[in-house]
Amino acid sequence: MKKELLNKNDIDRAISRIAHEIIEKNKSLEDLCLIGIQSGGIHLARRIASKIRKVEGIDLRIGSLDISFYRDDVGIRKQQPVVKSSDITCEVSGMKIILVDDVLFTGRSIRAAMDAIMDLGRPAMIQLVVLVDRGHRELPIRADYIGKNIPTSLNEKVDVCLAEDGIQEGVFITQSEADGK
Amino acid sequence: MMKDLVSIKDITREQIDSILSTAASFKAVLRRDIKKVPALRGKTVVNLFFEPSTRTKTSFELAEKRLSTDVINFSVPTSSVVKGETLLDTVRTIESYGVDYIVIRHSSSGVPHFIANNTQASVVNAGDGTNEHPTQALLDAFSILDKKETLDGLKIAIVGDVHHSRVAKSNIYLFSNFASEIRLVGPPTLVPEFKNYKLNYFNKIEDGIEGADVVMMLRIQSERMTRGFFPSTLEYANLWGLNASRLKLADRNAIVMHPGPMNRGIEISSDVADSDQSIILEQVTNGLAVRMAIIYLLGRHYEQ
Repeated sequence: MKKELLNKNDIDRAISRIAHEIIEKNKSLEDLCLIGIQSGGIHLARRIASKIRKVEGIDLRIGSLDISFYRDDVGIRKQQPVVKSSDITCEVSGMKIILVDDVLFTGRSIRAAMDAIMDLGRPAMIQLVVLVDRGHRELPIRADYIGKNIPTSLNEKVDVCLAEDGIQEGVFITQSEADGK
Repeated sequence: MMKDLVSIKDITREQIDSILSTAASFKAVLRRDIKKVPALRGKTVVNLFFEPSTRTKTSFELAEKRLSTDVINFSVPTSSVVKGETLLDTVRTIESYGVDYIVIRHSSSGVPHFIANNTQASVVNAGDGTNEHPTQALLDAFSILDKKETLDGLKIAIVGDVHHSRVAKSNIYLFSNFASEIRLVGPPTLVPEFKNYKLNYFNKIEDGIEGADVVMMLRIQSERMTRGFFPSTLEYANLWGLNASRLKLADRNAIVMHPGPMNRGIEISSDVADSDQSIILEQVTNGLAVRMAIIYLLGRHYEQ
């Protein structure tokens, strides 16, 4: 059973709102850097940056981050890790880093992402954007900007599909036979 | 990914691609200020070197440390092997420490294979006799990819002592996965025939490197030569050494490689070794990233 939770327009509205919230919360945009987490967060980071450009006329710095080497489930996962590239060109030290991910679930990916960022330098601050917060946190982590809170059960699967990947856009929830993610 | 890396023959084209792309990510890590990731925290590696080695051992040790593993070095002169312990007993003893990876070099071909079959740990072959040196072949492929962007459609000349070279063998097996022309160049006494592999054989270095995109020089392994394979070192240098004028026969953008340590003035002249076309030092740097990728990908990730 696959159910659509957000359609293309819902996603666009959520991203617009998040862009405005970022502008409102951060007095200066000069020292901000949006970093998308591989692979779901990268398209979202680009979209947020383009909204901010339209509103404020400022090009934010953008980067991408692969967290494979910082995961805590290396010995547990059955699948072969596919390591993607990280591309962070700006100096991290002293910057306000805004991490962008598609789904916030256990919080472990964000923990890994924060550790990865810390190894690149000492940011002034790290904030977090997620399109969907599905609950079930296993670590004390929360998002600063949330597209939509979606209560889920552990045997459900949340997929964020974006047009940039050449698929029909939307956020979908499916009942999976296996437990969890 | 599989449990061990003993031979290039055991791995598929997909696995080679996976190692090379993961190595690219590790190379980016090595450019940072903090060149270490917590990927394998809590894991233990033992480097079991039964044959003297400085560069390969250093490369492995640094790669292991940058993955946050704990590293134990076990070398022959200081070990119980000299007290008469069998190979299998040595491995069992090491295994009892709860080791996750064993990196092994041995002067006898086949030892890593034997050990891999007798331990739960992941075994990495760091060179066995005249058989194979798979991590060197993978770092060579990575280094070529860095310069040529693809491994397909290249003319790769492997020049010199193929007979004693485990590097050459692993490279032959590796590049046979790609649509490249592999040329073996050297005196007939040092170039054996490889059945089941599509290779081109050349007895004259001028013919062998003509138009080549990659010129891979091999070290003359005097320590493994028990009989006369060529009359004299001077004659070898004259007939088979790579110098600037011979290199002009290769493609204009050809790269020159050497697994090290080099015998300057014998298989390679100093001006070539230090030229812009030489990527010998980059091979060393790349070796670190490739060995990190191999250890990271081996073992615990495979479907049980």
